[in-house]
Amino acid sequence: MVHAPILAIAVPLLGAFAAPLLAKLDKRARDAWVLAAGLAVAVFGIAVAVKVLGTGTPWVYTLGAPSPGAAVTQGGFPIRIVLVVDALGAFMGIVAILAGAVGLLYGLHYLREEEGKTLGLSLLLLLWAGILGLVYTGDLFNFFVFLEITSIAACALIGYRVWESRPPEAAFKTMTMYTLGGLLVLVAVGLLYGEHGALNIAYLSKLITGSAVERLALGLLLGGLLMKAGAVPAHMWAPDAYGEAPAMATVVLVANTQASIYAIMRVVFTLFGGALARPGIGWLIASLGTVTVIVAVLMALIQRHLGRLIAYGAVSQIGYMLLAVGVAAVARGGFGEVALRGGIFHMINDAASVGLLFLVAGAIRRAVGSVDLMGLGGLGRSLRWESGFFLLGALALAGIPPLNGFASKFLIYESAFRASPILSAIAVLASILLLAVVVRAFHGTFLGPEPKEAPPSPKGMLVAMGVLALLILVLGLFPGFFLGRLVGPAAKALLAGRAAYLAAVLGG
Amino acid sequence: MSVVVRTITRVVLPVALAFGGYVIMHGHLTPGGGFQGGAVTASIVALLVVVLGGERLKGAKGWLSVLEDVGAIAFVALAFLGIGATFFRNILAGSGGLFGAPVPTGPNPGNLNTAGTLPLMNWAVGLKVIAGLGSVVILLSLFGREDG
Repeated sequence: MVHAPILAIAVPLLGAFAAPLLAKLDKRARDAWVLAAGLAVAVFGIAVAVKVLGTGTPWVYTLGAPSPGAAVTQGGFPIRIVLVVDALGAFMGIVAILAGAVGLLYGLHYLREEEGKTLGLSLLLLLWAGILGLVYTGDLFNFFVFLEITSIAACALIGYRVWESRPPEAAFKTMTMYTLGGLLVLVAVGLLYGEHGALNIAYLSKLITGSAVERLALGLLLGGLLMKAGAVPAHMWAPDAYGEAPAMATVVLVANTQASIYAIMRVVFTLFGGALARPGIGWLIASLGTVTVIVAVLMALIQRHLGRLIAYGAVSQIGYMLLAVGVAAVARGGFGEVALRGGIFHMINDAASVGLLFLVAGAIRRAVGSVDLMGLGGLGRSLRWESGFFLLGALALAGIPPLNGFASKFLIYESAFRASPILSAIAVLASILLLAVVVRAFHGTFLGPEPKEAPPSPKGMLVAMGVLALLILVLGLFPGFFLGRLVGPAAKALLAGRAAYLAAVLGG
Repeated sequence: MSVVVRTITRVVLPVALAFGGYVIMHGHLTPGGGFQGGAVTASIVALLVVVLGGERLKGAKGWLSVLEDVGAIAFVALAFLGIGATFFRNILAGSGGLFGAPVPTGPNPGNLNTAGTLPLMNWAVGLKVIAGLGSVVILLSLFGREDG
């Protein structure tokens, strides 16, 4: 288990590359292999989280070194690529593992052999490896590489249904935005490398003094990552991508978007948490987040494609997270930490509730062949489990107590109110509108005067949805447990834990 | 295709193959490496598409995709070789065997038999790029036809 952080990234990579070869031999061998790889990733990721949260210090793993802990060479310069998993990285790893495992389980039953099941599973594993790499890495260039891995795998998955007209268009749109965002990040990495000659996040963080080049790099990093997260001026790819991607991929795409939010946190609080810790950055992110929340919800109100409707809901949740990050960057400590806890907790809640809604939409599409709200209706009788899951996910998304969305949103409202009551008021208003959106979606899909017949979903898909539904209930009923054990340490690791992060890599 | 194109291809093909192989093989000594050499070698596929037409190369797609997978697996497997110490640990460097000669210090023309797993990784990447770009070129040549 000394190698757990890298194995969590390397095993899905190996799984993704070997799956097509195995598929040529036997389809069942491929399924078993993919399941085994998924299980191994879950074991390694949870082992990492258990150790990091247990010891309370970041886990540093140096690639290619004589021993995993030898991050710096003589003279204190970190020359090798390092993985640094602190409490936040471990938490994000758990979110990614949850989304990936559910997506994989669902995908094994959802994808059809003749439509390219092997490719779908292979790309899903690749996307998974990319997200885990993104949240575990402690090297800025490595970070960019994993960003690109997720972009390419995500876009290929979005365009999975090449025989239809919309998915390739959505994939192209997403690719354009991801590439543009990736380029901005690359230029920023280049600027920082040119200025300091280093790529290690901890080392760079120590050297940053606030020069003009560094400010430019911060702006470029934030711009690129906000594009990838789907914040409002650059959100137009998200509804297309989420709406057209196969459902099992959408769950992982949501985790991918959250990895971008994680990256924004890492940049704002760890990399630029020293000399450039200005409240102005926080106000910028918070206002973008608020605009995202309200615009996305208003757009969700007028959708008639169920996938796009949920997708706009997902974008609005990204807005809540950005609002939390922004408020935390304004205050850094005090109510800022409360905001950060809300934002971090909201990630796992969002992955569970939005993920569940997308999975149900996928099951409906598989059963009926369409997700147009004008043509749907009356499915509540034949798709009983699905309708229950949808209602649960929808209410959790809208933040109705005692479900999980309420706990995290309440933390965000409370802390945003301390920063500026207007932000908080808009966020609450958007949440109410969101309830109207999901009620309309539920009514349009499952209720109606005439019951409709639909074939039941495979058991595996129901199990995958059941896992997320159970998680929503557990997270909602015992938020204190998760806030104390998982979310609290993660928020602390970002604010007060910055010194520990630097010390873990650089020593002293 | 015209005689001129055929003849020139016949001349250029071995040269491109040798140059691509050289760039991959000397990746740890000179500028270039697996990706660049692979791209050079994959240009042969582009030449063949021009000469023979994509239709006759259609059968190669399956083989190329297997080759691409093998290259990728080989890369990860080479990284796993070092797992006794750490992932990506270069255990072949300085071991005296294949690519295991010690690196000479001071000005020297560069010893091919050095750098341990790095040349092997270059070959793995090279294989993947040859296969990947090759199938991209073949697929592009097939687009826009009725039988696609």
